Amino acid sequence: MLKQAIENLGNHTIQGVWRIGFASRFFLSMLLHSGTAFRRFGLTIREMYFTGVLSLIIILVSGLFVGMVLGLQGYETLQRYGSESALGTLVALSLVRELGPVLAGLLFASRAGSAITAEIGLMKATEQLSAMEMMAVDPIARVVAPRFWAGVISMPLLAALFSAMGVLGGYLVGVKLIGVDEGTFWSQMQGAVDFEQDILNGVIKSVVFGIAVTTIALFEGYDAPPTAEGVSGATTRTVVTSSLVVLALDFILTAFMFRGLN
Amino acid sequence: MQNDILVEIEDAVFGYGARPVLKGINLTAKRGQVVAIMGSSGCGKTTLLRLIGGQIKAGQGTVRVAGESLGELDRAGLYRVRRKMGMLFQFGALFTDMSVFDNVAFQLREHTDLPENVIRDLVLMKLHAVGLRGAAHLMPAELSGGMARRVALARAIALEPSLVMYDEPFAGLDPISLGVTGNLIRRLTDTLGLTSLVVTHDVQESLKIVDYVYFVSEGVIVAEGTAAEIRASGLPYVHQFVHGESDGPVPFHYPAPPYVDDLRLGVRSA
Repeated sequence: MLKQAIENLGNHTIQGVWRIGFASRFFLSMLLHSGTAFRRFGLTIREMYFTGVLSLIIILVSGLFVGMVLGLQGYETLQRYGSESALGTLVALSLVRELGPVLAGLLFASRAGSAITAEIGLMKATEQLSAMEMMAVDPIARVVAPRFWAGVISMPLLAALFSAMGVLGGYLVGVKLIGVDEGTFWSQMQGAVDFEQDILNGVIKSVVFGIAVTTIALFEGYDAPPTAEGVSGATTRTVVTSSLVVLALDFILTAFMFRGLN
Repeated sequence: MQNDILVEIEDAVFGYGARPVLKGINLTAKRGQVVAIMGSSGCGKTTLLRLIGGQIKAGQGTVRVAGESLGELDRAGLYRVRRKMGMLFQFGALFTDMSVFDNVAFQLREHTDLPENVIRDLVLMKLHAVGLRGAAHLMPAELSGGMARRVALARAIALEPSLVMYDEPFAGLDPISLGVTGNLIRRLTDTLGLTSLVVTHDVQESLKIVDYVYFVSEGVIVAEGTAAEIRASGLPYVHQFVHGESDGPVPFHYPAPPYVDDLRLGVRSA
């Protein structure tokens, strides 16, 4: 019994280390074979359509609702202290620093990440990747790298749109519905949001999340067992792992970026 | 003549982990021949094809294609040799996000700088050769199994390779598609001067078109010869295979304890 448990532990450890090693090699290989993704930028733009443009609806609608909720909750809390004029600041800082990159990252993982894993996994299961190899075309360069760069480019744009829609949602609820002064709302926001400390850091976060989510999605698809169960399991792992990694990275990045700030 | 030989395998050994699959295979395929590799499911036929395609490397022995030893080549060398090869996968393996036309044009666009109007003509010629010029605009999901196999064949010959490998080209086809595919393999081999390696267990269809047959069983070549020699073979394994007998050297029953013991008949009567 104990021997079996130790064997299982050892087996899982070896498998885990092997997978980390394989994932690292996969990531390096993807970077090394990125030439095609830029030389034939049309391939990357095509993938940006699938990962970015097709994620727009969920990102824009979610951003609007999150901003509207922020407007309601923010007003409710701020008016207790007579600070409802700071609603614009609260909405904007919450979105550009945290909610924009993080929620866009989570939505990106569930919409685009799962689609990437399923597509690559099915390409593997139906021998399309092997066929490409047999045609002397490297699937990492032709299939994987363009999707990676498309994800890395799309993610900050989606996060920016999420934040913009959130600010619009906060404005609609705070100014148009509740009646906060419009000039105060925008001027407070303009005065409080710093480009370098807030917006740029938010963009850095969203780029990091884009790299993490797209790499996980591509690796899970590429490493998926070529069966129906294998692909469905890999798709689930992409969403779960990506979401946890986005949240963990957010904490680490926030700790580094905003320490010492008031 | 040595130059006549396009594929040469000497004492190739390969295994997945501790499980040996190929245990010393010797095989040659001459230019212009259709060579069949036959054997029951799981005997190592597809592994042999992957060895010739360079997707896996032999643990021992050598695999030479067009005079180049695949085991000694780096990735770039392997890709150079693969440009002389075409491969037809079991279910076509067409790129599902591309039309029939784009599938066939894929290699031409990847490996040549030909202008698009020349590529268009070449693709239509390849599709015409397999009878599917009119299906150029269709997507793979709109094709039947036999049509998908023919498109994959057009794609495999797009760069005019010296060697085309077919993995179970007859599996799951209706009798008409079966005949069409068999005839295409023979006709393309003759007209384009190819060498065709056909992995199959469809004896009747393949014996109509092949020049030479290798029988694989449990990782070794157990018989070889021309189609006529195979039909007349007295070897029990070949006889069972060619005539589709359910029992023989390849037993009907998977190894198991004695039937009486499994049913515990002795215990009940006691």
